[in-house]
Amino acid sequence: MTAPTPTPEVQATDSTAALPADLQDERLIASQGIGGFVRVFLSRLRSGDLGSLPVVVGLVVIWGAFQMQNDAFLSSRNLVNLTQQSAATGTIALGIVLVLLLGEIDLSVGSMSGLSAAILAVGFVGHGWSLPLAILAALLSGAVVGAVYGLLYTRFGVPSFVITLAGLLGFLGLQLKVLGQEGSINIPFDSGLVKFAQASFLSDAAAYVVVVAAVVVYAATRLRANQRRAAAGLSTTPVVTLAVRAVALLLLLAIPVYVLNRDRGVSYMFLLFVALVMVFDFVIRRTRWGRSVLAIGGNVEAARRAGINVRAVYVSVFVFCSTLAALGGLLAAGRLAAANQSSGGGDVNLNAIAAAVIGGTSLFGGRGTAYSALLGILVIQSISNGLSLVNLGSPERYMITGGVLLLAVIIDSLSRRSRASHGRA
Amino acid sequence: MTATLSPTTTAVLSLSGVSKRFGAVQALKDIDFDVHAGEVVALVGDNGAGKSTLVKTIAGVYTPDEGSMAFDGRPASVSSPAEAQELGIATVFQDLALCDNLDVVANLFLGRELYTGRALDEVTMEQESWRLLRQLSAKIPSVRIPVASLSGGQRQTVAIARSLLGEPKVVMLDEPTAALGVAQTAEVLNLVERLRENGLAVILISHNMSDVMAVADRVNVLRLGRNNGVFTVSQTSSQEIIAAITGATTNAVSQRAARREVQEEQS
Repeated sequence: MTAPTPTPEVQATDSTAALPADLQDERLIASQGIGGFVRVFLSRLRSGDLGSLPVVVGLVVIWGAFQMQNDAFLSSRNLVNLTQQSAATGTIALGIVLVLLLGEIDLSVGSMSGLSAAILAVGFVGHGWSLPLAILAALLSGAVVGAVYGLLYTRFGVPSFVITLAGLLGFLGLQLKVLGQEGSINIPFDSGLVKFAQASFLSDAAAYVVVVAAVVVYAATRLRANQRRAAAGLSTTPVVTLAVRAVALLLLLAIPVYVLNRDRGVSYMFLLFVALVMVFDFVIRRTRWGRSVLAIGGNVEAARRAGINVRAVYVSVFVFCSTLAALGGLLAAGRLAAANQSSGGGDVNLNAIAAAVIGGTSLFGGRGTAYSALLGILVIQSISNGLSLVNLGSPERYMITGGVLLLAVIIDSLSRRSRASHGRA
Repeated sequence: MTATLSPTTTAVLSLSGVSKRFGAVQALKDIDFDVHAGEVVALVGDNGAGKSTLVKTIAGVYTPDEGSMAFDGRPASVSSPAEAQELGIATVFQDLALCDNLDVVANLFLGRELYTGRALDEVTMEQESWRLLRQLSAKIPSVRIPVASLSGGQRQTVAIARSLLGEPKVVMLDEPTAALGVAQTAEVLNLVERLRENGLAVILISHNMSDVMAVADRVNVLRLGRNNGVFTVSQTSSQEIIAAITGATTNAVSQRAARREVQEEQS
């Protein structure tokens, strides 16, 4: 900026010069120290800015309830199973988070994951392709489907709900066609994919190294941000607060890893899922593309006028969603060591969508984080896992998951209304 | 202080003989319009007078059927809003086009975010936001709160501040005070004056005669798609402007005023 020069009366007077640029307004409520942190947190909750709190509370309640029914639920063995069960559908849910951020939906992720599994199995087992080629073909099919959805949406303006509903049916049919007469293809147990999905675990030491590395990276980036903010004359987070957060993060990661390590440990598949969540979290919050996605979810017209290539963003999000669905299908196929007619069928579709919503991503667009895929799928798989431990099957699972989904959507709507009345929409 | 440029210099933006038809409707006919640096020109007219069409023509949303446009003394043509922005014409439309879910910084830099390495440079963007807002003496408590929590005047301020990021020479404000209270209207009018002090050419579209008389240097009246007079605010009255807007010296507004005078005399 060169043209306008500051007018004299605007320049900071001596009394305000000592304060950081973002804390000079006298209307700001000062919040310092731990007490201030708690006050800010409570006022955010009261105004309906719930973030991940409902799902975390829900998870604690669910785990507590199942643990009381059957104390094998929180055993290391069962928790390792839980991580294994979560990875595939969680990866699909991550794609759903992206489309929900735009305020759109993809109903066909289940069929897409099944189709991808079928393509892999037929290519790898049936036609003898190499594994990387088969995986690439399956992922590419996802990308192509996403691109077609995106083009249909942006060129013809058909609601994504209808396009993907057509995809749900169409790709289910294509999956059956690809699988052929037998309808089920086993993937060899000694293949890389099955080994990866069933029997690959980090060693205990490696898992702790990952935990420590994550905490160090977190602390380093926050300290660096503090330095840059101080240099720019902006407020900084107190070092004590940072230290408390870093220790909290350390405990949050180290305790689960300790528990998992008492059994088989942290699986590669779950690590891949968590890594994807972290990558997409970064992309959503800290890149121009992610900012565009949030802006379009908030106000398409504003985004268009700001010069954002809205069509390209729509297409790219649909591509990511379908590709992640294809990847989820591959992980599921690896875990099952087979692709069959029910791959990606049943409740995969709705679980993935429910996970994203339960995790706190708004159905109304523009609001949510990648972590909601992780939290949401943990809730859903905990219910499913816990119910089977207490000898209740599909009927109860469907009904309870349905109830939890309804609750999550109600919380979303209520907190949206509350945010609007507290000016935090 | 930036010197306030005298309006006798070459016009920053000047339109001559601009016409625009929509089917059988002649929306604009032979419009001449110019605005200088450091000058606030109000564009007034009744509903359907062609204000919006003219604004959209300048902003590049519509292309004129006839007529020419000069920017900085050189002939120019804009065929899209992006071209108009590149040229240096920023438009703040009435609906502001802000994303309620994003914070002030994100809204200000939407579509032209700054980068450091591979991540958005939030620190520099926040610093720049404060600089820009302080420059406008804007009263915004925090730039890290969602725009949804700002008042109407503050939202208008954010929208205007955003239009300044591209370093425009002409800023067009479409009904900036339409939905605002008394204090917020005053805030926005202060802002308009600050833009003028900073040497920008400001085009103010407004229905509110007291706002126009308060900040504008000149008033350009449109009536039924044609020029109906340009007035220098210091040498005219709102009566005269209203007469030009309605096209008659005796009109509903002046009749009311006259009636009241008569009543007052009688009582």
